[in-house]
Amino acid sequence: MILALVEHDEGAPEELSLESLAMARELATAEGDSLEAVAFGDEADALGDELGEHGVEAVYCVAHDRLERYAPDAWAESVVQLASEHEAETITAPGTDRGREVLARVGASLDAPLATNCLAVDIADDGAYELRRNRWGGSLIEHARLDGEHKLLTAAEHEFPIEPAASTTEPSVSTFEPDLEDDLFAVQVDRVESGDEEGIPLGEARVVVGGGRGVGNAEDYDQLEELAELLGGTVGASRAAVNEGWRPHDDQVGQTGAKISPDIYIACGISGAVQHMVGCKGADTLLAINTDPEAAIVQKADWAVIGDLHEVVPELNEALRDAS
Amino acid sequence: MSDAFPSSADTVVIGAGVVGNSLAYHLADQGREDILLLDKGPLPDPGGSTGHASNFLMPVEHSKEITHLTRRSIEQYEDMDTFTNSGGLEVARTEERMAELERRVQSATAWGEPGRLLSVEEIEEMVPYLNTDIIKGGFYSPGAGTCDPLRAGEVMRARADEYTDGGLTVSPNTTVLDLHLEDGAISAVETDRGTVEADEVAIACGLWSPKIAAMAGVEIPLTPAVHQMVSVGPISFFEDYEGEISFPVVRDMDTQMYERQHGNDLEVGSYQHRPILWDVDEIPSIDEAPLSPTQPPLTDDAFEQSMHDALEIVPELLDDPEAGVRHEIDGLLSVTPDGAPLLGPLQDVEGLWSCAAVWIKEAPAVGEAVAQWMTRGWSDIDLHGSDINRFYEYGNSRQFVKNRAHEGFQKIYGIVHPHEQWQSSRPLRTSPFYDRQDELDARFFEAAGWERPQWYESNEDLLERYADELEGLERPNEWDSRWWSPIILAEHLHMRDEVAMVGDMGFGIFDFVGEDACEFLEGMAVGRIDVDVGKTVYTPILAENGGFVSDLTIVRLGPDHFRLITGGAAAGSDRAWFGSHIPEDADVTMIDNSESLCTLGVWGPSAREIVQSVAEEDVSHEAFPPYTAQEVTIGEVDAWAMRLSYVGERGWELYAPMGQGRRLWELVEEAGEDHDIRPVGMGVYGTTGRLEKGYRLHGHELELEYDPSEAGLSFHGVKEADFVGKEAYAEALETEDAATLCTLSVADHAPEGGEPRFMLGGEPILDDDGEVIVDEEGRESYVTSAGTGPSVGKHLLMAYLPPEYADEGRELTVEYMGQRYPVEVEIVGSEPLFDPENDRIRS
Amino acid sequence: MKVLACLKRVPNTGAKIVLTEDEQRIDTSGLGFTMSPHEECAIEEAVAQVETHGGSAHLLTLGPPEADEQLRTGLAMQADEATLLETDDEEWSPRATADALADGIDRLDDDEGFDLLLFGNESADAANYQVAVRVASELGYPCVTGIKDLEVEDGTAIARREVSGGEEVYEVDLPAVVTVKEGLNEPRYASMRAKMQARRQEIESVEPRAETRAGGLEKVRLEAPETDDSPAEILGEGPEAVPKIVEILAEEVEVV
Repeated sequence: MILALVEHDEGAPEELSLESLAMARELATAEGDSLEAVAFGDEADALGDELGEHGVEAVYCVAHDRLERYAPDAWAESVVQLASEHEAETITAPGTDRGREVLARVGASLDAPLATNCLAVDIADDGAYELRRNRWGGSLIEHARLDGEHKLLTAAEHEFPIEPAASTTEPSVSTFEPDLEDDLFAVQVDRVESGDEEGIPLGEARVVVGGGRGVGNAEDYDQLEELAELLGGTVGASRAAVNEGWRPHDDQVGQTGAKISPDIYIACGISGAVQHMVGCKGADTLLAINTDPEAAIVQKADWAVIGDLHEVVPELNEALRDAS
Repeated sequence: MSDAFPSSADTVVIGAGVVGNSLAYHLADQGREDILLLDKGPLPDPGGSTGHASNFLMPVEHSKEITHLTRRSIEQYEDMDTFTNSGGLEVARTEERMAELERRVQSATAWGEPGRLLSVEEIEEMVPYLNTDIIKGGFYSPGAGTCDPLRAGEVMRARADEYTDGGLTVSPNTTVLDLHLEDGAISAVETDRGTVEADEVAIACGLWSPKIAAMAGVEIPLTPAVHQMVSVGPISFFEDYEGEISFPVVRDMDTQMYERQHGNDLEVGSYQHRPILWDVDEIPSIDEAPLSPTQPPLTDDAFEQSMHDALEIVPELLDDPEAGVRHEIDGLLSVTPDGAPLLGPLQDVEGLWSCAAVWIKEAPAVGEAVAQWMTRGWSDIDLHGSDINRFYEYGNSRQFVKNRAHEGFQKIYGIVHPHEQWQSSRPLRTSPFYDRQDELDARFFEAAGWERPQWYESNEDLLERYADELEGLERPNEWDSRWWSPIILAEHLHMRDEVAMVGDMGFGIFDFVGEDACEFLEGMAVGRIDVDVGKTVYTPILAENGGFVSDLTIVRLGPDHFRLITGGAAAGSDRAWFGSHIPEDADVTMIDNSESLCTLGVWGPSAREIVQSVAEEDVSHEAFPPYTAQEVTIGEVDAWAMRLSYVGERGWELYAPMGQGRRLWELVEEAGEDHDIRPVGMGVYGTTGRLEKGYRLHGHELELEYDPSEAGLSFHGVKEADFVGKEAYAEALETEDAATLCTLSVADHAPEGGEPRFMLGGEPILDDDGEVIVDEEGRESYVTSAGTGPSVGKHLLMAYLPPEYADEGRELTVEYMGQRYPVEVEIVGSEPLFDPENDRIRS
Repeated sequence: MKVLACLKRVPNTGAKIVLTEDEQRIDTSGLGFTMSPHEECAIEEAVAQVETHGGSAHLLTLGPPEADEQLRTGLAMQADEATLLETDDEEWSPRATADALADGIDRLDDDEGFDLLLFGNESADAANYQVAVRVASELGYPCVTGIKDLEVEDGTAIARREVSGGEEVYEVDLPAVVTVKEGLNEPRYASMRAKMQARRQEIESVEPRAETRAGGLEKVRLEAPETDDSPAEILGEGPEAVPKIVEILAEEVEVV
């Protein structure tokens, strides 16, 4: 059986979890194995219907009185126990902070190998996995073999399309009560502090307006803020702009910043360095506004406007205001 | 400015760094109307050396050519509003360097650029952050400053566009894939954006130039080399000063480093580290390079000593607690076998030009000069020291370039003696005499790759014989006598008294054959070429401005066969000059015999007796008159002889096939035994003998900036036939010369007592007020050649002097190493000081 | 307090990565080497914590002899000591790397032991996201990952991780392993004097030890993905393009 860790928001599976389910389902289909899911937290039992659309045959809702708050070691140990009980040899997780760290801990616990950032997985004749995974934020692809008693995988972000299974299942939903020792709670979320700024997190925005060195100073991001607001989106920045101190690091899109997956990324005054581009690969479409028609971003965009963002963006804002 | 990639252009300039921009701009200014400027990189910084240069311009160099190019470049940067006049300071940590800085002042004066020595106190005042405890003094160049070459590039492109009325196309991100040739001429440039037809193409690709040249099957001899550079900041001391630079650029000469303010940062650059040469193929593409192709990461271990030295001289700035190393690179730049640029026509492909290995400080003027060369055949500033053809057919191999670049790297800030010899890649070109000369303990100097004995240690015994004559002519000062020996003087005297053999001179030897050979050469030379078979003609070769391209000898071997003989150093450029002038439909073939024939000079009172004893033919004065040439058989050797002499003696230049050269040497040496024949070196041939006879040397006395009238070489008059430069030449003969080439002698070698000193060349000639003499065309008077005349017992100097000073007996002053020496004008014009009637040659 | 920062030497690549012919590694001729920005932050944090609390900052890496360059970069940032677990430049799997680091840390530990062990959240090249977790597991230390804000008080690390809409706060007792992300701090530029001194500092080189296992994650080859170079549709120059932008936003992307 293939066990997939699913993260959810009060019973609604997260996008990246569905992506990793797509990967897990491909494996389950190829191996003729069943796909089962493990979830933590309140209302996990509500996942059944939706996960059924994705071919999941069983949902295990982990229940423990100390698991109110996220505790990575406890999560990992729960997964280990569940996998052991149900003889799961393959365990998958979404490409999220939690998904990756929980599987890493599962790997440490089982002394099992973990392949993160997977793009595709095939099964070799000997039962090992032949997979492709992202390196360098996706600038390079590694072809690798994953072999062992247990095989752990996380999916790369925004690489597996979320599609319903050919035939919908009606998964059994059951509670799993792990046996968790005290020391597994040495690391546990103490509290969650909500951010100072309201607005949509970069990773979730449908529209991202990015600003780079071409913006020129911190003040002129106001124009981009306005555009983002008009489009119901959020503002991102290149590493160059963050290094200049024009934007906080949290706004950074790129290899060492946020990976975004909006419907459209509007890149203003951004040259398009590869470290930036790997952060916005997930964008469905890309519009570049740049003075230099030869800039790398123009080569990679779907649409481009050759011009100074300081002239184009205010005009665009005005047009959008008029339209609404 | 057009963006569309054209299918044809008048001129294609490959490379849009500061050099390519400058070339395009000046070509437009000179009348080219349809120019394509392309680069594989983006604009304004396409990723070459222009993008990481430290951008300072120190105008004073020991080379007149480079100093004038830099000064002209400063004018242009100023005109484009991209120059900041910060001044420049070269500091000395050692006494030896202080002497060198005195020579710097001397060169500054000679080339008309201000410059003076500063005391430690003056330095402290000028640059308060220097640790003056370790400094002995400095040379201050008030004209120095910094520029913005990227901005200058934009201005130059805009001007080019304006001058061509929109005829400039700029195409960045365009990679050259191939160069197309047709019948030996450039016909098109193939790029990833299309193919553009053009019959004039200039390669201004910096360190990528060899790669582009190779596409046409020719070579540009340079190698990428690392110049380490870091930027440290923010430095609080600079925060009180506005703008890019408020203090002079400092060169810490003895550590081969510089420190210069750049806003709130201090840029620290070094040439002291071990030479790090790159293979051009290893340089990453723009896409592959994290920063820029020419800015690979700093090689840490090579920079260690540089950090130590920088911390020693600017400790306060570098130890600023807020400051860190914000930027550090191994900046790649172009290094050539002799450190000078590579400019001019690539002679094996018609229409293809090189404009490479140019520093930021010369770029605007180089662009201008090469544009002049391309459009009108000559440049205002003589570029012979930068002519790419100086390496023609011997110095283009990768190995040679690497060896010389490796060796030359330390010379960038080094103290380089004017006669200093290269050590690597030697011996490269040897004559058949080489082994025998080596046995005789010859001290070899190199010219155009040829090994030539400068003197023979085996002649040391002559010092005793001529002790009386040599008194007062030996050089007690180490600098003056470096790369020199008194044996040269003794060899000279022996030649005048007895006989000497000299060779091989490394001549360029070109035969011109064909029905139109006579007419062609007639059109190239000042002298009359349509002479009797067997006659030799020594003639200036001029550019259209009437200035010197060369001086050489042409001999008529037959009705349609001529032989041209020129100095080794000028062979490559002369070959290019003549080759490029042969009309397409003319029946003229140029055959290069430089590597086929060796040359042995036999000169002195006993020369005839010796040659006659081994020659089958009659070589008497009547049978073989002076200034003629004949075939002769010397023993078993089939030779060809010319009766003339650059040292003013009776005798011949004997030419033989290289394969028979060794036999020729043996025959002459053996036949001369009874006359105590001695092999003597180029020290006699090129300096002592020549100066006594007032013979001029190309590159020293003879340059584009002077005409035959001024040089005293107008003896041909104006012939009927047309020739290149005739109009200007004729006019020069009509007008009064702004300066005349004179021979001077040093009146007192130690006017203030102490060690007598001997000038080496390049020193300024001062008027009574102690100012350098300047003629009405703005040319400074300086020593073009210096050397001792043993037979006249004087140290001789040549210099151009304006009419008011060109009087025999006139006393003047020469500045040398911080001292002034009285000199006297001996000869005005070309009359020889020794044997003025040339009796020795004519007897 | 004794703080350790671990780092990894990686090529400093440009927009286009070229592979060696055998597709086993990046062709680094002409390239320099660096480390991940995450790791630069780890070093800065180690040094800053020591500056605040006293103690010493140590650096550790597993890599070829040339990796001393990256260790010296860290020393120039004022770390106190550096140790190289010297390999022959073959790539080690994440499990073997973790073994070697845990073993190395064990061997480095004198009686005091490290209080805080900092790693980058993931390496720049392989991005396995697991070495630090495995090291923590082997050493029996708690581990928090993905941290962009860290305070140390009275033997406790207060670490913050970005989550949707805010920050998760962890409080873990030291000794602990923390993996950090760029943005944690602003890594300093080393002064020239510090760089020079770092050049002369001795770096201990230790032979790494790791358990050998069958299977696991094995690299077969690398591939440089094809890039889409189809040019963008140019909507126009300057503000004249605005109506077309609006049209695209409204009709193609449907965000208006």
